[in-house]
Amino acid sequence: MFERTDAGAGGQVGFFFEGSRVEARAGDTVAAAILAHGERSVRTTPASGAPRGPFCFMGTCFECLVEIDGVPNRQACMVVVAEGMDVRRQEGAREATP
Amino acid sequence: MRRYDTIVVGGGLVGAAVAYGLAREGESVAVLDEGDVAFRASRGNFGLVWVQSKGDGRPEYARWTRRSSDLWPGFAELLAEDTGIAPDYHKPGGLHFCFSEAEIEARRAMIHRMHNVHGPGGDGTRILDRKEVQDLVPSIGPDVLGASYSPHDGHASPLRLLRGLHAGLAKRTGAYFADHRVQRIEKDGGGFRVEAGGETFSGGKVVLAAGLGNRELGAQVGLDVPVRPLKGQILVTERTKPVLTMPTHVIRQTEEGTIMMGDSQEDAGFDTRSGTGVISAIAAHAVRTLPWLATVRVVRSWAALRVMTPDGYPLYEQSESHPGAFTVNCHSGVTLAGAHAQALAPMIALGALGEELSAFTSGRFDVRAN
Amino acid sequence: MRRVDLAVIGAGPAGMAAAVEARTHGLSVLVVDEQPTPGGQIWRGIEAANAARLQVLGDDYAAGLAAVRAFRDSGADYLPGALAWQIDPEGLIDVSVGGRSRRAAAGAVVVATGAVERPTPLPGWTLPGVMTVGALQILLKTSGLADDEAVLVGSGPLIWLAASQLCEAGRPPRAIVETVPCGRYLGAARHASSLFGASDYVSKGFKMMRRVRAAGVPVYRGASDVRIEGRERVSHVAFRTGRREHRLETACVALHQGVVPNPQVARLMRCAHEWSPAQRCFLPRRDRFMETSVPNFFLAGDGGGIGGAKAAALEGRIAGLRVAEKAGRATGSGYGEIERALKRDLAVRPLLEHLYAPSPEILQPADATVVCRCEEVTAGDIRHAVSLGAPGPNQLKSFLRCGMGPCQGRVCGLPVVEIVAAGRGVAHDAVGYYGIRPPLKPLTLGEIAAAADDGEELAAE
Repeated sequence: MFERTDAGAGGQVGFFFEGSRVEARAGDTVAAAILAHGERSVRTTPASGAPRGPFCFMGTCFECLVEIDGVPNRQACMVVVAEGMDVRRQEGAREATP
Repeated sequence: MRRYDTIVVGGGLVGAAVAYGLAREGESVAVLDEGDVAFRASRGNFGLVWVQSKGDGRPEYARWTRRSSDLWPGFAELLAEDTGIAPDYHKPGGLHFCFSEAEIEARRAMIHRMHNVHGPGGDGTRILDRKEVQDLVPSIGPDVLGASYSPHDGHASPLRLLRGLHAGLAKRTGAYFADHRVQRIEKDGGGFRVEAGGETFSGGKVVLAAGLGNRELGAQVGLDVPVRPLKGQILVTERTKPVLTMPTHVIRQTEEGTIMMGDSQEDAGFDTRSGTGVISAIAAHAVRTLPWLATVRVVRSWAALRVMTPDGYPLYEQSESHPGAFTVNCHSGVTLAGAHAQALAPMIALGALGEELSAFTSGRFDVRAN
Repeated sequence: MRRVDLAVIGAGPAGMAAAVEARTHGLSVLVVDEQPTPGGQIWRGIEAANAARLQVLGDDYAAGLAAVRAFRDSGADYLPGALAWQIDPEGLIDVSVGGRSRRAAAGAVVVATGAVERPTPLPGWTLPGVMTVGALQILLKTSGLADDEAVLVGSGPLIWLAASQLCEAGRPPRAIVETVPCGRYLGAARHASSLFGASDYVSKGFKMMRRVRAAGVPVYRGASDVRIEGRERVSHVAFRTGRREHRLETACVALHQGVVPNPQVARLMRCAHEWSPAQRCFLPRRDRFMETSVPNFFLAGDGGGIGGAKAAALEGRIAGLRVAEKAGRATGSGYGEIERALKRDLAVRPLLEHLYAPSPEILQPADATVVCRCEEVTAGDIRHAVSLGAPGPNQLKSFLRCGMGPCQGRVCGLPVVEIVAAGRGVAHDAVGYYGIRPPLKPLTLGEIAAAADDGEELAAE
């Protein structure tokens, strides 16, 4: 399990993952917050449907793609959590039309 | 020295299709190709098997294109059986969107002219009004006023086609040599001696399918090949769930789910960079056509050089001074792949191009110049 | 359109130093960086780190505070959260900020986009719960997160640094599985001469190893045949040491095989590259002033060859000074002192490159191992296409779609080169690399469609 090792500097923010409210720390990326919440997998691949989770945490690998506030295929490791954010996992390829 | 029935110069879609066809005729074939970095129009191919509007003003081209389109279903099946690699060919018909009444009228006139080419039965191309287009593609933008539709249009994966042709070649009597840019071709008794990549190859016949390289190579065997580059850029998106049921002349969705956009034309010499101005214009046109595309991400762009003859039609010819030397030139490597593999290659195997290709020699350029 | 004397891509040690140096000579400087705060990956999150976290992460991390302050005070226009997605040879740069693109024109460009971790294709490496060691460290730096189940697998100084930091944070990793062949430590003695002047790095290395041992972390040396197992996520990591089979239960495996230059921008610019056998990757060709084969286009820091944070900052200074000199704003003196410091700092590299050369099993993965994670192309698929005659990465991309997914070949690029070179029996330079084209990261069509109208000024923070 990923757990916090220090008190941190900022306060708390709340966001929604798959519709459930999750507490994160201010400054967490969405990927870090999801991991801290105990989840390892965030999507399945368009090619084979295999499960995937955050891998590089620096914007290189594009494994942590999630839907954020209705926008699919966002890099969860490059987006800082904001209060009330709606984060969803993705199954296969995204929908094209809204 | 390695000996083959035919040496094909160029391993892109054109060369590979001819070589595969020749191998199917039982010939031993060597394909001599450049390395990993070459102009390679094949990699920039949009993937249409397109009939409507092809050959307006040149009936022989219209018929040749239609012939290829008719061969495609069997050809795709053959390739899949032969290699296990299906070229993802589909023939759901195709749309050319129109944004003004003038454009619709121009398409209507074009269809009328093409009817004269294809005879009283016509080729089935017709104008659809906005409502009819909406029935086929519900998500069109408000600026789309109508479209021309042809039931003969289709699309395929240029990438899987190329790989399939190479796999088919390897499985039969073909040998492929990358990093073998051809330096010299000369007569050798009744055949040809070809120097490439520090080796010498011997062939009864030689087929020049080297794209823009044909200009220089042709001169070595008495063939006038006045091809020049015409740059085209395309954009490719992330994969989405299937949404487009048929291709249009500038937007199509691939089997994998990516959406391709393109059809830019620039006279930019041999420059193959992707430029912001053109990329942006392609994106703007795509969003105007299908507004929901605005939220879909572009994963890559591509720029390639079309192989253009002075009038844009293919150039097929056997050398008079060097019989047995053929050249094949076109900018529709996917559309014409069926004809190249199953109609042109058998002619080359027999040593003579058929009557239906007589309109495609370089003599036509001299006539115009006079 | 915004016009500047110098545009810097990347706000890590090299980029910040280049910007500060150029500002010293009065140049107008625009710095574009994808992260929300300056410091790069090495000093990520440093402005927000409290005393406890600085203590955990150590002095080399804390040293970044001064660099970041100097950068903030330099007067350079700093654009965080910004992606340079297209750069043309004339210095026109398309920058995406908050979903909108703007253009800038720069007299010179310093690219300082740093390093990425070398891709490590191994059986099971796509399973959720597998990440990189760099990722573990970023989680600690930015969120204070650590997983005491983590098993660190591979080779390189970062493994020991990250492990010692996790120990310091009170959540030591479950194990370290080092894939360095045992003979290498002996062979490293041959590089003893290079230790002259590098003793600082070497003693730090020993200190980290002692710290990890003191925390009781099991260390498996000379490991090979690494397999990551699990169904929907990681459950075990298996490997051999000598004749012994091991199988550790864990939900978190962190892989590392050293770092390599992030090649995207230099490849987009079509800079000339050469294969470095020592660093086992392509390096852009540069002159002594960090200028690439493309005029007025500089590359400083790890993106030009791995040297670490201190060397990166020195290279950034050289590049910044050279840009000022070419603009007629500085004299040609001043390089000597920086170059001497750079040479001293790089003295340890031959030792590290030898000792931590990547493990053969990630260079030539088994046929069933996925190499292109996005399009799920295996090493066997690539070998088969090579047998059909595909001469290099670009034809493989056409044949197999490897490198066509959202990461744009960032992960599979080097492994594909290695597999082709071995399959064809040719030098890496003869294999080449993926052609990289805009956009440098996926962007929406709506944004690209609007990129041409450039009414608004690109505004810095």
